[in-house]
Amino acid sequence: MKEQLKIDFEKILKISNFSEKDIKFKKDELDKFIENGFPSKKLENWKFLDLSQIINKNIENISFYNDYSTTNKIDTSIYIDGLEHNKIIFINGRIEKIEFGYEDKNQIEIYDDIKFEDNFSVKNSLVNLNNAFSNKYYKILVKKGYSIKKPLVIYHLTNQKMKSKNINLRLDFELEQNSSLKLIDFFNDTTDKNFMNIFYNFKLKNDSILKNYKIDKSLNQNLKYSYNNIDQEKNSISETFIFSAGSNYFKNEINCNLGGEYSSAFINGIFSLKNDQQHEIRSTVNHLVENTKSYQLIKSVLGKNSKAAYQGRIYVDSKAQKTDGYQLSKAILLDETSEFNAKPELEIYADDVKCSHGSASGSLNEDSIFYLMSRGLNYKQSKELLINGFMLDVVEKITDLEIKNLIKNMIGLKE
Amino acid sequence: MDTREKDIENLKDYKYGFSTDIENIKAPKGLNEEVIKFISNIKKEPKWMLEFRLNAFQRFKQLKEPNWQKPKYPKIDYQDLYYYSAPKSMKDKPKSLDELDPKLLETYKKLGIPLQEQARLNGIAVDAVFDSVSVATTFKEELTKQGIIFCSMSEAIQKHPDLVKKYLGTVIPTTDHFFATLNSAVFTDGSFVYIPEGVRCPMELSTYFRINASETGQFERTLIIADKGSYVSYLEGCTAPMRDENQLHAANVELIALDDAEIKYSTVQNWYPGDENGKGGIYNFVTKRGLCKGKNSKISWTQVETGSAITWKYPSCILKGDNSIGEFYSIAITNNHQKADTGTKMIHLGKNTKSKIISKGISAGFSDMTYRGLVDINSKAKNSSNYTQCDSLLMGNKCGAHTVPYIKNKNFDSNIAHEATTSKISEEQLHYCQQRGLNPEEAVGLIVNGFCKEVLQQLPMEFAVEAQKLVGISLEGSVG
Repeated sequence: MKEQLKIDFEKILKISNFSEKDIKFKKDELDKFIENGFPSKKLENWKFLDLSQIINKNIENISFYNDYSTTNKIDTSIYIDGLEHNKIIFINGRIEKIEFGYEDKNQIEIYDDIKFEDNFSVKNSLVNLNNAFSNKYYKILVKKGYSIKKPLVIYHLTNQKMKSKNINLRLDFELEQNSSLKLIDFFNDTTDKNFMNIFYNFKLKNDSILKNYKIDKSLNQNLKYSYNNIDQEKNSISETFIFSAGSNYFKNEINCNLGGEYSSAFINGIFSLKNDQQHEIRSTVNHLVENTKSYQLIKSVLGKNSKAAYQGRIYVDSKAQKTDGYQLSKAILLDETSEFNAKPELEIYADDVKCSHGSASGSLNEDSIFYLMSRGLNYKQSKELLINGFMLDVVEKITDLEIKNLIKNMIGLKE
Repeated sequence: MDTREKDIENLKDYKYGFSTDIENIKAPKGLNEEVIKFISNIKKEPKWMLEFRLNAFQRFKQLKEPNWQKPKYPKIDYQDLYYYSAPKSMKDKPKSLDELDPKLLETYKKLGIPLQEQARLNGIAVDAVFDSVSVATTFKEELTKQGIIFCSMSEAIQKHPDLVKKYLGTVIPTTDHFFATLNSAVFTDGSFVYIPEGVRCPMELSTYFRINASETGQFERTLIIADKGSYVSYLEGCTAPMRDENQLHAANVELIALDDAEIKYSTVQNWYPGDENGKGGIYNFVTKRGLCKGKNSKISWTQVETGSAITWKYPSCILKGDNSIGEFYSIAITNNHQKADTGTKMIHLGKNTKSKIISKGISAGFSDMTYRGLVDINSKAKNSSNYTQCDSLLMGNKCGAHTVPYIKNKNFDSNIAHEATTSKISEEQLHYCQQRGLNPEEAVGLIVNGFCKEVLQQLPMEFAVEAQKLVGISLEGSVG
């Protein structure tokens, strides 16, 4: 793999026009990745699902080279119906379209000449991989006091050209004071056996609001990893919702730094898995100053041979008095072969805090099924109704009404 | 204050901080095959035992010291320790208590161990471990009548080799982790208990460990076997004298419960925690593991951990037999610069197995406390359940409390529930107690005892009183 990495890297340099400084940075990042490779279960964060193994098993001869010079045709039929929205379209890792049709152009800045920088304390070989191989990346800035009128949908698409490839993409967002952004990540791939590595970096200034919804619904054989880094200032709010169901493998990592007073972070997620799918969510909330709040709710419905893992970490710094942290994960195992692993972790250095977590897993409650069947539903209907209610709980947490209804319809949840 | 006065001052803080002047026989410093042969030889062990040790040593040489734990410590030089140290007067083993070195007896008196009359009054049979050799075993006759074997490990190797051979290393094999393997190679003594079929042990069995000689690691090995339908409750208490350097304690405890048997293992650990600046103290790296081998068996761990500079242990249950039960009750208190990384592992293998974990962690001063636990329900462990509750109490904002549970559910018939909370003593509670005439320290003691009540209830009477006092003492000076 080492040779492959180097060859592909040189190939990319040839067709791109990076500055010398960028090239040096990318080379360093490549070396770091070569040193560590894909993360394996030897690392604490990857204990439950070993990516290195999964990639070896699913993708033969992974290649890191992508031709970013030719355009791809956009298939407009995949656009989300019944929702007016702005668009960013990624096809095979290349940005094909950025369209803010519903917005005041003066209030949004799009930069495409951002210098690569290593300003993260994150130690993660996949971020190194991303830095080394991602094409030029964009930064979107929402100006002071502006609230985006319609949600921004980022389409993550792949076409048949892609096979056994590694795709890296990166986006930065900055929300200036008192601004807000609604962001939907919509995954729709028709290919298989690719590994997508996505890295978002958000900066939330005072009083800004970020809502990020990630929807991975259509079944596909790709492997995906997504990392969100969210830095929050005073009074800012971040809300993340993850619907994790389509890909063969998907790991979502959310890293929230609550660095300003009265800032809060909400992370909610649903796993709905079957047939050998392996998904994971890892959330880290760092409470760094006083009076911050975080809430996480993760629910899983696990079918045959599927495996889900949730790792949730709440860190409370010794300065972060009056922290309010809560975390709950629940799982329903539908089959003998399904598996749920959890690691809800608390790391607390301040004494005046309210922090708790809970985790429960088991089968569907037989009494509830009996109750429903005694009222005339058959077994299948009762089961569906219970699962419906179980998942609905999480969807109800979505604060944006329009998007909540959209997601309900997409998943097929009834009220 | 001159140094002498300072020393005396220090002594006052730690009630058990005296060291007895008794001549020791030590093995040469360092760890190698010669030392292991020396230990085995001096204990007149049979050949299979030496092989057991050497096997473990072979394996040990390939292992790396783990470093994933939360409390970090300076590297231990394993070649710079004495692996065997026995009081000289023990060379010709005394036949009765009267023959014991009077100084030894005095030490025990200071510790408050009921070795003689007290033992009888309290109805506790004590097998005291002084450094590495078991000094005296009381109540032996009464136990022998029922067929119960309660003796030191060395004696068991001589007198009951079949039992030892059959069970030793079956729960903690010689191929286990770093410290367990080290213990397998160099263990010196410990307790051996065998309860025959259908016997309910009439009294609480008890050991008192005490590390005396400086620069010796204490490596006990305890093996408890409860045969079909039997019951035993075993108490373990620990103290160590004050020394500036850190001492290593790496014991192995193996419990085996056969069909319908029950073992209750209680520990009150009060090793020297180091001074208030974090100097000195014991490294308590103990491996405790119980195997519920038979149907309907039960193993219950209760621990009160107030001492040691670093406590790093996970008393575990392997629930192999169908309908077996594992329980873990723990109070861990850290003050000053103490560190603890403790918890349990419940491994469900059999059908209808149940486990329960109640953990209470209290941290004060500059200390760090971690609960780390594993609940693993295997795909064959149908209809199993686990309940975990871990609560932490913080005093001040210089200390830390952490919870790291690992939950693995591979069985859709089974239920796992986990809860954890972190809180502090509220001003209202303190105010209420003080209003009723308690001083702040008493008030904290009362509230903390209430917080720990669920666990303290699990301890046998004699221990519960001591443990309650210990909880109070450990937190002295933590409220201002």
